[in-house]
Amino acid sequence: MTMAEMTEANGSEEQLPGNAGLGVTKMPGPKQTANGGSAVAVAGQHIELGQTIGDFRCENPYIVAENVNVHYGDNHAIKNVTLEISKQEVIALIGPSGCGKSTFLRCLNRMNDTIESARITGKITLGGQDIYGKDLDPVALRARVGMVFQKPNPFPKSIYDNVAYGPRIHGLATDRAELDDIVHTSLERAGLLKEVKDRLEEPGTGLSGGQQQRLCIARTIAVNPEVILMDEPCSALDPIATARIEDLMDELSQDYAIVIVTHSMQQAARVSKRVAYFHLGLLVEVDETDRIFTNPQHKLTEDYITGRIG
Amino acid sequence: MQSTTLILILAAMSVVAFYAGRRRSVALVGGPRQGSVLHSLPGYYGYFTAIWLLLPALGVLLLWLFLEPTVIVALVVRGLPETYQSLSAGELNLFVNNVQNLAAGDAISGESDAVLSDAAARFLAYTATSRRLLATLALGLGGLGGTIAWRRIRPDLRARNRVEQIILLGLIAASSIAIFTTIGIVLSVLFEAIRFFQKVPVTEFLFGLNWSPQTAIRADQVGSSGSFGAVPLFTGTLLITGIAMFVAVPVGLMTAIFLAEYSSQRIRDVAKPLLEVLAGIPTVVYGFFAALTVAPWVRRAGESFGFDVASESALAAGLVMGIMIIPLVSSLADDAINAVPVAMRDGALGLGSTRSETMTRVILPAALPGIVGGILLAVSRAIGETMIVVMAAGLAANLTANPFAAVTTVTVQIVTLLVGDQEFDSAKTLAAFALGLMLFVVTLCLNVVGLHVVRKYREQYD
Amino acid sequence: MESSQITRRKVEAGLPRRRRREFLFQLAGMLATTVGIVFLGVFFADLFVKSSTAFVQTFVKLDVEFTENVIAPGGEWDLTYADFDGLVRSALRSEFPGVSGRSERRELNRLVSVGAGYQMRDMIEADPKLLGARESLWVPASSIVDMYIKGNIDASLEESLRPLSDKQLSWIQKLQDSGRLETRFNSALFSNGDSREPELAGIKGALMGSFYMLIVTVLLAFPIGVAAAIYLEEFAPRNRWSDLIEVNINNLAAVPSIVFGLLGLAVFINWMAIPRSAPLVGGLVLSLLTLPVIIIASRAAIKAVPPSIREAALGLGASKMQVVFHHVMPLALPGMLTGTIIGMSRALGESAPLLMIGMVAFIVDVPGGFSDPATALPVQIYLWADSPERAFAERTSAAIVVLLGFLLLMNLTAVIIRKRMEKKW
Repeated sequence: MTMAEMTEANGSEEQLPGNAGLGVTKMPGPKQTANGGSAVAVAGQHIELGQTIGDFRCENPYIVAENVNVHYGDNHAIKNVTLEISKQEVIALIGPSGCGKSTFLRCLNRMNDTIESARITGKITLGGQDIYGKDLDPVALRARVGMVFQKPNPFPKSIYDNVAYGPRIHGLATDRAELDDIVHTSLERAGLLKEVKDRLEEPGTGLSGGQQQRLCIARTIAVNPEVILMDEPCSALDPIATARIEDLMDELSQDYAIVIVTHSMQQAARVSKRVAYFHLGLLVEVDETDRIFTNPQHKLTEDYITGRIG
Repeated sequence: MQSTTLILILAAMSVVAFYAGRRRSVALVGGPRQGSVLHSLPGYYGYFTAIWLLLPALGVLLLWLFLEPTVIVALVVRGLPETYQSLSAGELNLFVNNVQNLAAGDAISGESDAVLSDAAARFLAYTATSRRLLATLALGLGGLGGTIAWRRIRPDLRARNRVEQIILLGLIAASSIAIFTTIGIVLSVLFEAIRFFQKVPVTEFLFGLNWSPQTAIRADQVGSSGSFGAVPLFTGTLLITGIAMFVAVPVGLMTAIFLAEYSSQRIRDVAKPLLEVLAGIPTVVYGFFAALTVAPWVRRAGESFGFDVASESALAAGLVMGIMIIPLVSSLADDAINAVPVAMRDGALGLGSTRSETMTRVILPAALPGIVGGILLAVSRAIGETMIVVMAAGLAANLTANPFAAVTTVTVQIVTLLVGDQEFDSAKTLAAFALGLMLFVVTLCLNVVGLHVVRKYREQYD
Repeated sequence: MESSQITRRKVEAGLPRRRRREFLFQLAGMLATTVGIVFLGVFFADLFVKSSTAFVQTFVKLDVEFTENVIAPGGEWDLTYADFDGLVRSALRSEFPGVSGRSERRELNRLVSVGAGYQMRDMIEADPKLLGARESLWVPASSIVDMYIKGNIDASLEESLRPLSDKQLSWIQKLQDSGRLETRFNSALFSNGDSREPELAGIKGALMGSFYMLIVTVLLAFPIGVAAAIYLEEFAPRNRWSDLIEVNINNLAAVPSIVFGLLGLAVFINWMAIPRSAPLVGGLVLSLLTLPVIIIASRAAIKAVPPSIREAALGLGASKMQVVFHHVMPLALPGMLTGTIIGMSRALGESAPLLMIGMVAFIVDVPGGFSDPATALPVQIYLWADSPERAFAERTSAAIVVLLGFLLLMNLTAVIIRKRMEKKW
């Protein structure tokens, strides 16, 4: 999106009373306002920013992100995002490329720690525990918050060793039988066991793309996490493989909170209970999936859903 | 006429030829305004003429200079009295040397006599004639070539294509030099090695346990038959290489891991150039440091622990060689580690691995082929390293695995056998080429396999 | 819920052990990185300490007489055989009139370098009017005096254990007291060729030898390397032959340098009969050695030229050859030059192959051309490192400092060229 378009969007935004508008990331001098939003001068106009509309709070929240900001060097990638996620739901994060949805997702298991220039402020709690607290080891956190990546990334090891990797490093199995059990159960739950039962010792990289991604899911659930983060898990897969993964997510949502980043609105509509719409680092709108897709409150959300911004 | 003068004259002639060719092409079409009638730009007609002047002349010049010494010596020898003709090859060689030295006005060995001074005079005369002939021939051929080319210039002559064809041939020749170098290496070591194996059986060389290459100069000398069992050299080479690898592999690997995974950008920016400095220090400097600084330290340290350390211990040479190889290992390991996709690392970290677990359980196994290939190249480098061992390791061919003892290596022996005056036919000199052949074959295998593995590994993740 | 609690406890239980391992692993990495850097520090410290004293030299002031009947007996000038050493000796004797007896005199004579005689000869050769004159001259002290002045000889040792006798020490003391002993900049180090006497030995011969060799190397290796790179990148069809060339180049880059020396010995010296020890042979061998480096770097530089430039020029009707020489070459030239300088710095530091082709000879004269016998700077270092005299050790270090200085200069040049070309397209 260009500067001109941005200014235009802001201009039209101004007409809607009580709604938040948007600023451009690199505008000079954003200042914090009392309600946690910030004000930016665009072409001489003052617009209130950063107020999310919709139910960004929920009942029984398990993950609570309060005023999260992420900077990559000079780039302010996430601005003041507040979002609650409960234990029994699938929430989809949508938005145009570069809107910060993946960055936000990676905050939830501190994967952003591995990027040298990343700086995170604000507070995120998991079951009441501050995950950026001093006493919390990201290693333990990541065992509780598993992650599935955009491109299937099985390790160059056998299928068995891929699934057994997590339990092994975390010391979850005391003997081989127990480990076998975990591997089998995980593969079973990932719907892969039937296909690979006879070739557990073959390399995981030899599987098809969809099978690889299910292997990665099996690898994640083998650690028995509480939350599973999925970063566009189907973007590299064909429609049939995608459908299988979506079915799998449906099953898994019984036991795990699932946060999924997706580019596909259809996918978000199919798998999630709630949808959060990100735009240029701001969380614009959060609501029940049905409501968002039938009756978006925010002009930007509507524009995105109807395909005017991509 | 000196050959440099000749070359200068040829160069001047070719400049003239260039302008002549260019002018003729322009004149043929009736002036520079009609240039578009020409097939090529006028300059190409100039190059065309100049090339045809230079190539034949230079060709004849090189051939002549290459053959001249042999022919002249043969002529001089044929003119010698009968008694000299029947001299042995070695004595004759010495005599010819004296003739050449006398002709050049240098000191000669022994007294000058009439035969010698006569031969020297004839040598000078032949040389002068040869040079005159050469000058005539080269200049004549060059002039002829240039003239023919000049006369062939027509507006429709495809001068650019002709010139480009010759340039292309030149490029091909340049790139083939790599192959000729390899062939040259193989032939030069192989021929001499074969001559060596005619004197000493291959099996004795490869499996013999005793190395003392002093051969008798006179037949009646005692205890100097010379024995050429190279096993102590191989074990010595392996011992020092082993010590070097023992230092370089873990340190180089851990350095690469630290710089890739743990250190901040600022430390990387300082450490990497420093390691490059380590790689850029000439080996003779390492050798000096090993012999004069490290060896005494090792000796003192060993003695304080009650070990008997030789002053030229394998340990000192190996340690310094290991340090020299650290940058090689770390840069190859760094390449291998960086070639592993970030997705692997993310996957492992996302499952809750610590960084060391990510490294040892996922990244290193994935990078293993690349690292192994790199280590093979490092081993080849250590085996072929010469100056450090020449200066810091000994000459004594001990068959031992004791790092405190003095051992000798293949490269040390090659240097020892070939430095100083040599007779070219003695087993002692030829042995150096047999060792060179071994060295070349072994390092060639290591390099081919290592380079192949490294390349295949890179392609795997591309 | 239940099971995830159990998992959490198991994970927590393993954490301390895993953290400890993580710490140790990181520590190992840090130590490993330090090893190389510490070595570098120790190495340079050792080198500078050892070399620092080599740049000055002790001189003795003598009142010498250019005695007419020694230099030109009966009006016949005879500079070659005249006994200048005798003149130096008598100057010494007049300085210490009390010294008598042959052995004592010999001890006295050992204080002054044999170079003093050469110095007198050179002076009178340059200015014949000196004949018969008396002059106050600063001549180099012998290396044992020099070592003593630099603190490398322990005077408190028993007399038989040190190279200077008590008498010699007292004479040195006397010279010092009368202001006839001085340390000055050691210009001989840079203006002399090799010598058996440490105080007269210099690196000029080796430097010139290296210089001539590098000239040969750059004249051969640069054009051939660039031509080969151009052919392989721009013209070579993808076939067996070009694959073979490629494999060959990569291999040659890893062949031990001593093998190139064997090639040089067998081909250039024994077969082509090029004189041994000549910079020409050295340069030939070194150019074969550096060729792979230059080819690999030049190919990388050519690869970095974007195809759009080639396509644009081809689109305008230029022939392939014109595209390469008019458009690709100028853009790739900085990269090629960088590669060549790096190759040259490798050649400058190389010594093993030079040992094979006779460049280890003891050569006093400074070479004046491509076929004069010569040695090279690294080989000079090797030769001096082998000499037992303490005085040569410091000169070796000084030669190393000079060598490293040249290498640094070359690499800096390469870095600057590389930086310059970075922001091209």
